[in-house]
Amino acid sequence: MKHLTWHAPLAGGGTGEEMLLAFEGTSEPRLLMLPALFDEANRMRRFTVQAMRALSEQGIASYLPDLPGCNESLAPLAEETLATWRKAAEEAVHDAEATHVLAIRGGALIAPPGLPSWFYAPVSGGKIVRGMVRAGVVAAREAGEEVSSQQLLERGRVEGVRLAGWPIGAAMFRELEQAEPLDDPQTVSIAQAQIPGRPLWLRAEPDEDEAASQELANIVAAGLGG
Amino acid sequence: MSTQPATGDTSENARMASADTALETSRAELDTTLKSIIADILGIDAAQANAMDADSGLFGHLPELDSMAVASLLTEMEDRLGIVIEDEDVEGEMLETYGGLLAFAEAKLIGA
Repeated sequence: MKHLTWHAPLAGGGTGEEMLLAFEGTSEPRLLMLPALFDEANRMRRFTVQAMRALSEQGIASYLPDLPGCNESLAPLAEETLATWRKAAEEAVHDAEATHVLAIRGGALIAPPGLPSWFYAPVSGGKIVRGMVRAGVVAAREAGEEVSSQQLLERGRVEGVRLAGWPIGAAMFRELEQAEPLDDPQTVSIAQAQIPGRPLWLRAEPDEDEAASQELANIVAAGLGG
Repeated sequence: MSTQPATGDTSENARMASADTALETSRAELDTTLKSIIADILGIDAAQANAMDADSGLFGHLPELDSMAVASLLTEMEDRLGIVIEDEDVEGEMLETYGGLLAFAEAKLIGA
């Protein structure tokens, strides 16, 4: 495992260096990983890296970019949009010289078209927003404030809103509400039912499941003919 | 429980008994689904989830059940049970114990 960097387009123009976690290989195929988004990114991080390790053991190289505004990135998340992330994903494909894509959950919303891709348990942007808005309502109530889902939705669309600690800009918020996983004939969806164990993105505390990450790697490796 | 008035008629009694059985079945299914969602969120196995009873404490009793986890719980309940949970439905009593959550889900399903 190596920490490389890639040149991510910045929301305000220009490029910035972001981290690229790499399990390198000497030949193709080379897989670009697109991480789960927001809160799910934390809960799925270990699973994602374990799947990369399992792929590497089968001779498949994989690369996991930090999306601008996420993980180690210093870019302000509130300025990012799904459009900037889609552009970033295309750049990451280019930088990593990726031949295939494996997107986890909301990563499917920013997958670049035209590459053979696997989407693990893809989720709509609408469902992500619904969960985050609800978390905002519950958190406000815990803090002794009263705010409705409707108020948070309106604030999100007009001026952006911080939900469960994630500052979401208005453009990102509006895009998310409409976003569906990339519809492309080259994508294969992997349902949770194909993977052993329970869905880790629901877990209150981030957890891992070696058998699950191994099976995801097996499915992708079989698809690659490896 | 049936809301039909008792008539004493045998066929009516039989019909009510069958309705009661159907209700018992759906209650057992609801219990299983709800425990499965809680197991997904807390990362416990089926045996531990099955050991939960009406008095088992949830929100406020389990430190890992924070606002994001509660949001996941409610959103999964909506999707797997086919109900809609409004802001005003979410209050202390419904989230405090397993029994409270089960009673809430049951009332929502009957009202749905």
